[in-house]
Amino acid sequence: MPERAVIGTPRRKVDATAKVTGALRFADDLVLPRMLHCKLLRARHPHARIRRIETIRAAAHPGVIAVLTGRDLPIPFGILPISQDEHALCPDVVRFVGDPVAAVAATSEDAAGEACDLIDVEYEPLEAISSIEQALATPEPRIHDYGDQGNVHKHIALEFGDVDAALAGAAHVREDTFFYEGNTHLPMEQHAALAEWSADGKLTIWSSTQTPHYVHRALAKVLEMSPAHVRVIATPNGGAFGGKSDPFSHEIVVAALARRTGRPVKICLTREEVFYCHRGRHPTLMRIRTGVRKDGSIVGMDFTSFLDGGAYGSYGVASTYYTGALQTVTYEVPAYRFRGARVFTNKPPCGPKRGHGTPQPRFALEVHLDKIAEDLALDPAGMRRRMLQPADSLTANWLRIGSMGLGACIDAVVSGSRWKEKFRKLPFGRGVGLACSSYITGAGLPIYWNSMPHSGVQLRLDRSGGVAAFCGASDIGQGSDSVLAYCVAEILGIEPEDIRVVTGDTDTTPVDLGSYSSRVTLMMGNAAIQAAERARDTVARAVGEKLGLPAGRLAFAGRRVFDVDSPERGVSFAEAVQIAESRFGTVGSTGSYTPPRSPGRYKGAGVGPSPAYSYSCAIAEVDVDPQTGIVRVPKIWIAHDVGQAINPLLVIGQVEGSVYMGLGEALMEEMTYRDEQRSVVHHHPSMLEYKSPTTHEMCDIETYLIEDPDPRGPFGAKEAGQGPLLPVMPAVANAIYDAVGVRVDEVPCSPHKVLKALKEKMKGRGARFGPSTFPAYAFPEPARVLTPAQGGDGREVDRREHSEVGGPSGATTEQAGETTAADGRRMS
Amino acid sequence: MLRLPRFTYLEPASIDEALRLRAAAGPDTMFVAGGTDLYPNMKRRQQTPATVISLSALKDLREISSSADDGATIGAAVTLTDLARNATIRAHWPAVAHAAEVVSTPLLRNMGTIGGNLLLDTRCNYYDQTYEWRKAIDFCMKRDGTICWVAPSSPRCWAVQSSDGVPIAVALGAEVTLASVRGTRRIPAAALYRNDGIDYLTKASDELLVAYHLPPVNGWRASYVKLRRRGAFDFPVLGVAVRVDFADDGTVSAGRVVLGAVASYPQEVPEAAAALVGSRLETEAIGAAADAAFRPAKPMDNTDFTLAWRKEMVRVYVQRALEAIAR
Amino acid sequence: MHQEQFVALESPGRQKSQASFIVNGEPCEVAFLPQRTLLEVLREDLSLTGTKHGCELGECGTCTVLVDGTPVLSCLALAITYRGRRIDTVEGMAADGVLHPLQDAFAELGAAQCGYCTPGFLLSAQALLEREPSPSRERMVDALSGNLCRCTGYLKIYEAVELAARRISAAEPAGA
Repeated sequence: MPERAVIGTPRRKVDATAKVTGALRFADDLVLPRMLHCKLLRARHPHARIRRIETIRAAAHPGVIAVLTGRDLPIPFGILPISQDEHALCPDVVRFVGDPVAAVAATSEDAAGEACDLIDVEYEPLEAISSIEQALATPEPRIHDYGDQGNVHKHIALEFGDVDAALAGAAHVREDTFFYEGNTHLPMEQHAALAEWSADGKLTIWSSTQTPHYVHRALAKVLEMSPAHVRVIATPNGGAFGGKSDPFSHEIVVAALARRTGRPVKICLTREEVFYCHRGRHPTLMRIRTGVRKDGSIVGMDFTSFLDGGAYGSYGVASTYYTGALQTVTYEVPAYRFRGARVFTNKPPCGPKRGHGTPQPRFALEVHLDKIAEDLALDPAGMRRRMLQPADSLTANWLRIGSMGLGACIDAVVSGSRWKEKFRKLPFGRGVGLACSSYITGAGLPIYWNSMPHSGVQLRLDRSGGVAAFCGASDIGQGSDSVLAYCVAEILGIEPEDIRVVTGDTDTTPVDLGSYSSRVTLMMGNAAIQAAERARDTVARAVGEKLGLPAGRLAFAGRRVFDVDSPERGVSFAEAVQIAESRFGTVGSTGSYTPPRSPGRYKGAGVGPSPAYSYSCAIAEVDVDPQTGIVRVPKIWIAHDVGQAINPLLVIGQVEGSVYMGLGEALMEEMTYRDEQRSVVHHHPSMLEYKSPTTHEMCDIETYLIEDPDPRGPFGAKEAGQGPLLPVMPAVANAIYDAVGVRVDEVPCSPHKVLKALKEKMKGRGARFGPSTFPAYAFPEPARVLTPAQGGDGREVDRREHSEVGGPSGATTEQAGETTAADGRRMS
Repeated sequence: MLRLPRFTYLEPASIDEALRLRAAAGPDTMFVAGGTDLYPNMKRRQQTPATVISLSALKDLREISSSADDGATIGAAVTLTDLARNATIRAHWPAVAHAAEVVSTPLLRNMGTIGGNLLLDTRCNYYDQTYEWRKAIDFCMKRDGTICWVAPSSPRCWAVQSSDGVPIAVALGAEVTLASVRGTRRIPAAALYRNDGIDYLTKASDELLVAYHLPPVNGWRASYVKLRRRGAFDFPVLGVAVRVDFADDGTVSAGRVVLGAVASYPQEVPEAAAALVGSRLETEAIGAAADAAFRPAKPMDNTDFTLAWRKEMVRVYVQRALEAIAR
Repeated sequence: MHQEQFVALESPGRQKSQASFIVNGEPCEVAFLPQRTLLEVLREDLSLTGTKHGCELGECGTCTVLVDGTPVLSCLALAITYRGRRIDTVEGMAADGVLHPLQDAFAELGAAQCGYCTPGFLLSAQALLEREPSPSRERMVDALSGNLCRCTGYLKIYEAVELAARRISAAEPAGA
């Protein structure tokens, strides 16, 4: 391995000083002259038609400059091209308590808020839907007039190999059902945005967003402006975790108000409104049926999920696919069937939270495997260890696996935690549990179809020896600005502090799709390396000419450019840039990155592929109080296969933060609602009642970084920001079983659930808390795809060859055209 | 940003002046000490007094005088931090110090006062919400509405007494001094509370709680245990305060078991105390007292956790509160 | 101050009152409405936006500032109540362009991820170290329990406070 000066060394973040001095400007810290303040009026009904909106009294209120309603912003938007179902302000129907219906810009926030209260809205209430079961049973009224059928937004059915045959031949088949309650990101910073309109028709907006590029597109669309005249600047995000990755109503509204008034307009959401923005974890009901051999290795798996999507599409179609996509990347699953459905309900929309769509099925799978190990009297660590999906392989659903460090992860935590001395050996009330997981390092496809790069980096080398690096990525606290500086510094042989990083600005930086799906380090990193190598080559050519050396003999290190064979022969980096600038003119370069194409060609193959997969294994040790059911977690051991740590300090920070957030999900965090007389309201939209773990609940963590460089990662790096959250919830649930012998098949593992299961156990009944029923839903006949092992080509098998089609009406909307529809009719 | 509504701010320089101002300002006025209860309520428009009288300049209210033999008198504006850290209180009334130091967070305890803690507004998941949220359910009878969502057929409000300081005050038989322009009166802490979510205090609205009196230490022992989701921030979903007096032979001569956060007032359970009297404070008597406390406890569905579980926890936490002083 | 001279302060709801504070060591005068919190006055009237806010209800600790050295929730502190007091914010921690040891340790050990809760944690930690120069982990858990962080899981924050405590102790002359 080449010796590296920057990569792999713990160091400060480039913005660390600004963060500890209060100098870093977040969106709500920005103030412009003549700035107005915006407040949104939100719906008080969960589902209602707007009969009339009267804004006269509000407009006349002292300090009010402008009032907007849905009529002013009629064009819909949404993060996915197939779910353009949101309006900046609801024009005719409100779909959850908190849906924005009007906006006020005033000279003070107080006046804007008072004016909102003076807007009269007449509603005609409609039936509200608050659960998966209710949505499936209530096709009318539809919350949206699109979707696969009734209030089912999207349903999916895929089968890789012959699952029924595999299960029929299995030594042991087990079926379990699980429920994972919804939860939310709760970033410490409330969303905020400031828009400025210039008289020449140009718009600038500063926003705490993870995806300035997608906000840019949404603004241009809804405001009917040329994107060239819209500038989006992503401010540093005070935490995001997926919650700031949709374009939001408030961003469009302040832009529209700035255009209407000609003055800057700012909004900072209240904490309650942040709960209404949501886009967090989907409540998910799951059933998993797996056939295994006597050694636990899997012969076939059948997985079904129902997701409660809330009121809008958001990333939901992708979320639904994700509940079925990654079961195959950890352990070998030769035959796999996935069926999933997302329903609309009258609650804030769900979307991507850290782990996007995969923590729920991962919880189900890992607890299910723990039960299978128990059934077969196997050690759950050893059982998993023997059935890993191999490195450099294709899964049954056509995902290409590169480096695969899960075995090393299992070994690290098993040995570090002294698992073998503890598992099934600790006194009653104390237990250990283990779980594994995997996550994508960036999605293989962009959110809207295009063949352009996913990330671009531009460098400008200054004759002073300084370098400016430009990239559209936005730093949400994970340290992406620092990663950009580290990658460039490594290649150019300078220090990260010599680099000025300019990011997340659609006017000045090349497009990066955004800080989601754990894509930034890999994609921006690869683009940065390419840009830096190109700049280095330009400088090397000029310096080589000047020194009479072949460019290939020049090394860049220690802020110098020198002859590798006689290091004293060389120039400083600044001199080198001057030589290059003299020779070629202004020195700059660009780099970009597009993920490799995935071999899957079936409909739905776009979700799951990634350039590289990270792996994690966690062991949780828990104390369960059998009198109360209260679970405390003193320690978690976690190993994470990160490929190569760009900065181990930041990687460990991401791992610890993931464990923290996973612990909150495992034990206490939940988004729940009250269904009171036609009103479905959030149970507790506050920091006090949404239970985010404090210092008291946080456990000790032992982190092991597994570094097996992946050829597709920058310097071998894979993701670290999301994957380590995934094994925490099942590890805790499995540890509860080890401690007191009861299964909590539901997240969070609240004390009353544990206690209820303990009481059932004492009565000699099933020692379990979890869902006992599972909705019957007529999924369409699965699209059949032969696995790589079956000699498939990654495409769906022609459906006419299969005669057992029996899908319901409406099942054909996503299928391949009329032939299928005709088949469906013939068979029904 | 959530902001406070408009109000007139008065800051008297003496207790007398405070009482005069209160009498002059009329009913739409509130005293404020730390502000940690009132200001959030005002931001959510649960309480919107036209005038706020701050006690921040009243140094007399920030003193603690105490001795084991005579008892303690604690000024109403003593912060929870100062109360919890006070060496004499810690030594002789450790349950009082403990109840103060399990309130919310260190930051809040640096501001919040014992007086405010004893007068804490009753809480409810339907009430401790913003104006906009409450509007979505057409409000509730405690503010702006007519119905109690916790028990929709109920004529009364079921908001919960949620202060950590209150159950222990009642269990100890502590007293409070109330003052108004009409004079001063000293009453048992237990007499300060009413089992009604709205009208939860017997204090007249113009009366100022000026002092909190702890009884002398003479052989009794007391404890307070708190149940909540997290080790900080959270209000109790159950608080159990016990005081046990012992006879010379070591048996229990008298006792008090008080439950917090299960009703609109601190609920004393005489049956639980009766189960202890005449016995040694040992497993059997403790179990009997815990069972006795369990039966009358009727938490409602208006706090964190399920009410069935909270009721079950009464038995466990009464047992733990008694075990804490049994050793 | 004699009580007689100290007439009851009256600040009517629609009128701004003038008040002075010592903010980060410097006296300042500012006029504001009586319902304004210290948080609002610091951020909006004095442009000290280093003090952040996460809930404005005392439920997160993000807005922590020091009043006469004691950490308080600026979102629940009425500015007028605290007139004349010494207010310290994150902007005042670094002296003469040199980071406070806590700031330095937070930066060095990655205790600030998104950085939004950081000012509040720094000030709570500063107050803790003033009282207890070398607090145990247990004491830290307690003293910092009023500040929520969603990024770090708190562990790096503890490590940073410990590092700063060691450096502060080492820098002080022995026997002082």
